[in-house]
Amino acid sequence: MAAKGSKVRKTAKTAPKKAAKKTPKAHPRPRKQLVLVATRKGAWLYHGDTARKTWRADGPHFLGHIIHHLVLDPRDGKTLLAAASTGHLGPTIFRSTDFGKTWKEAARPPAFKNVPEGQKARSVHHTFWLTPAHGNEPDVWYAGTSPQGLFRSEDGGVSWNEISGLNDNAQYRAWMGGEQEGTPDGPNMHSIIVDPRDPAHLYFGMSSGGVHESRDGGAHWAPLVDGMEVVEGFNAKNLTFHDPHCVRMCPSNPDRLYQQNHCGIYRLDRPGTTWKRIGKAMPKKIGDVGFGIVVHPRDDSRAWVLPMDGQTVWPRTSVEGKPAIYDTRDGGKSWTRRDKGLPGDQAWWTVKRQAFAGDNSNPVGLYFGTTSGELWSSASEGQSWSLIARNLPEIYAVETATLG
Amino acid sequence: MAASAPYVVRMLIASPLRPYTGADEVALHGATLGGLLDDLDARFPGTRFRIVDEQGRIRKHMRFFLNGEPIFDLAQPVKPTDEVAMVQALSGG
Repeated sequence: MAAKGSKVRKTAKTAPKKAAKKTPKAHPRPRKQLVLVATRKGAWLYHGDTARKTWRADGPHFLGHIIHHLVLDPRDGKTLLAAASTGHLGPTIFRSTDFGKTWKEAARPPAFKNVPEGQKARSVHHTFWLTPAHGNEPDVWYAGTSPQGLFRSEDGGVSWNEISGLNDNAQYRAWMGGEQEGTPDGPNMHSIIVDPRDPAHLYFGMSSGGVHESRDGGAHWAPLVDGMEVVEGFNAKNLTFHDPHCVRMCPSNPDRLYQQNHCGIYRLDRPGTTWKRIGKAMPKKIGDVGFGIVVHPRDDSRAWVLPMDGQTVWPRTSVEGKPAIYDTRDGGKSWTRRDKGLPGDQAWWTVKRQAFAGDNSNPVGLYFGTTSGELWSSASEGQSWSLIARNLPEIYAVETATLG
Repeated sequence: MAASAPYVVRMLIASPLRPYTGADEVALHGATLGGLLDDLDARFPGTRFRIVDEQGRIRKHMRFFLNGEPIFDLAQPVKPTDEVAMVQALSGG
């Protein structure tokens, strides 16, 4: 399905190349901020001014479509990919190179291979996660699906192929479980991370199924779950029971990963392989359950989480109905509550794993969207918060991009 | 038009797919339901995958009716006098 005037750019495959480590820098001059919001009923783009105080809504795009993730390619600053489905139609990917004025559908969206009758067959319910690949691989993207599968596009999202080293791996298929064995919203492949120093060094998370790493572009994978806890009473050695919710790599130090898990907040310093549960330093009455986590773009000791209630039946709403962000400035040794501007009571929010994001400005801007359709921002690294929009549909994902 | 699918059959198009077809009714070539959908996809690329998954299963919330009777098999034969209706299953609140 294409709108008039849309074009799809085609480029040749690009071989992976080693890349030198670069330390991200804050933008030296004011630039405009873009916040990309994916919801259960469509997508919105919010254009901010240089002070990130006033916002212009552009949307809805795809009204009525379920948009699981909306991402702007930082490599060219103009290509948008939207992972879409509807309540009735199968999943697809839409692509725009003019900030959503026109969209063109992928010629071959992510799909599992057809298998002979009698064999266990899988079909993609939706694409859950989109990640642009390394800067040296223009037009390469990765997609994670539900049920869990990993896909790669080498033509800017027009056509997608399975990463067989994962999708056809019998051990991984066992860890992924069946379509009915995942988390309540379906088993998800998420947190696809590309090492900025090496395009072939990849990570991903599976809910459920753990965190995994490849050093050869996805041909081979190894679990990275040591130190991660699972729900009490289950065996942590069985990867099926591991439920990482969101993993982030520090742009300023790609050897440091932070993770928000169903069972705690963690940090991993490579080449180490054992996660440290830094969430134990959170206040006990708050706990360290949540979905999303944001890392500072230039300081690997800083991260932000948005705790959710994880007691008994797992409400996964703001603890005691009082939303708050917690930030650490020492790698998780201590956490500080940040709730200025947020409701002080009776706000039973859920913020999903893709719906908490940061920008690259100085000071860092933070953004999150709730399942009740509110979009919040902080231009002060979480110290105070204000509302960008309310009354949106259920927010599934929030991403940022800097323009100009 | 496939050589083995000579018939022209009228298909009513479900509303979620009308952005592809631009019409609520399309005349398609085919001798089976699957053949009609192949022709639909050839004329409006991307439509088949949104109706039928990669394992050849009609998606959970899509339904077909042949002359008013529900059909569930892509191999269902059709003939020129038939009318096939594609609808989205009603669900949700």
